[in-house]
Amino acid sequence: MTKIGNHFFDIGYMDTLASGDSPLHRLDPRVKLITTLAFIVTVVSFDKYALSELIPFFIFPIFQISLGGLPTGYLLRKVLMISPFAALIAIFNPLMDREILLQIGSISVSGGWVSFFSILTRFLLTVTAALLLIAATGFNTVCTALARLGVPRPFVVQLMFLYRYIFVLTDEASRMVRAISLRSFHSGGMSFKTFVPMMGHLLLRTLDRAQRIHLAMLCRGFDGRICIVRSMKIGYNEVVFAIGWSVLFVILRCYNIPKMLGALVIGFFG
Amino acid sequence: MSHHIVEVEDLHYNYPGGTVGLNGVSFRITHGESVALVGANGAGKSTLLLHLNGYLVATRGQVRIGDYPLTRKNLKIVRRSVGMVFQDPDDQLFMPTVFDDVAFGPLNLGLAEAEVELNVMQALETVGVPHLRERPPYKLSGGEKRSVAIATVLAMSPDILVMDEPSSSLDPKSRRRLIGLLKTFHHTKIIATHDLDMALDLCERTIVLHRGKLTADGPTLELFQDEDLLARSGLEKPLKMQGCPICGKKGEEQTPLPDSKTCSGNRLTG
Repeated sequence: MTKIGNHFFDIGYMDTLASGDSPLHRLDPRVKLITTLAFIVTVVSFDKYALSELIPFFIFPIFQISLGGLPTGYLLRKVLMISPFAALIAIFNPLMDREILLQIGSISVSGGWVSFFSILTRFLLTVTAALLLIAATGFNTVCTALARLGVPRPFVVQLMFLYRYIFVLTDEASRMVRAISLRSFHSGGMSFKTFVPMMGHLLLRTLDRAQRIHLAMLCRGFDGRICIVRSMKIGYNEVVFAIGWSVLFVILRCYNIPKMLGALVIGFFG
Repeated sequence: MSHHIVEVEDLHYNYPGGTVGLNGVSFRITHGESVALVGANGAGKSTLLLHLNGYLVATRGQVRIGDYPLTRKNLKIVRRSVGMVFQDPDDQLFMPTVFDDVAFGPLNLGLAEAEVELNVMQALETVGVPHLRERPPYKLSGGEKRSVAIATVLAMSPDILVMDEPSSSLDPKSRRRLIGLLKTFHHTKIIATHDLDMALDLCERTIVLHRGKLTADGPTLELFQDEDLLARSGLEKPLKMQGCPICGKKGEEQTPLPDSKTCSGNRLTG
């Protein structure tokens, strides 16, 4: 649990990154959000055996990291932490899909393995892009941007509250776990028998807190709308950023650049 | 117009389970008074406070704030004039940043953005934390959280301040600072607390609750000398008024407020 606790403190570190000042940080959050979405949609839209086509897309995260001066190692560690989920989804492909798709020398590669790596590459691209968005913008600012772009308020407010109270909740949970482990002398982790009531308690506490928060909101005139004052401005830089990248994504989507380069090289020597 | 008056008449409240919360409480607090609400755990302090802003509706009896009897219709006006500071600042600070949080009330009141900005900064300066404006609430210390929670209420310029255990979980220095701060406010104040020393410092009048009933209402110093009453209500003399641990001399009983200079030991306890 302490590990989970650390993990969440790490999320707090994202906010520290987001408070930085760089050309990337200064861009309007709405533009970054839209561009990232365009990026993710393009990456996801490829055929399931697409692999070489995806490689050029790494230019977007690399560009952002260098422009925003963001720590690559930290972000990669974060991506790795969630990678088991993607691997779990992809792992069945090599087993199910055994049709030979590629022949490299004497090694034959089945379609399953190609799609396995395709899924992992997409995962790497999309998750990195999402993390970069948050690292260079901040979760709350992304939420504000969502609201400005017309995403329904209840949805945005949910996200904001989630982010506000996840720290309180993990604090509470880790205190409970500490209390349990101090009084359970067998070392083998938490048993199911203690885990279930703990979750129940946590839920009840959360409901209580939700009620108190609602009361606090009512006391200050809450009437269903949450207003946030933020000035956002879309200028020349923003337009260039959004259009430039979107055009590039479309080009990369329509033309397989690595294949063309390959053909060019082979044509040149052959 | 007498906005700052709080009048409670024969207030009864039963919790849904049938537990008696309040059992016939009546008092009248006038403009500018500072009143401590003391009593053992479960005496009904918090229940009473929740009636003052209309969160709980009395089973019998009536609450009047200023010129209005508290009914569903004028709930909004009443909530505007009664500023409530909760026991757990985490319940009260629910917005992404300190600024947004303090601005929440004024924005809901429909103030213009420029005015809100002014309002917020004024409130933050009053409690001495203007430098925290961009910080997320979960990164603040306990004392800072409390200060910001008070600022969120001040920004709505209430007539009456209602506080639930404002000095709990503060370190001695933060507590002292809080007392100093509260002393500078000229609002009508109602402070529910177990910290009788703070009550002695801040409130000239005290209301004692015991099992949902009002057992005493009078000048703080007088009530706190009535050991019999205190014992019956599950309370104890404030440390300041107890014997000095070094010379054994009684404290405030012999030496009048505010400064007791009988011995250095008294300083220690005070």
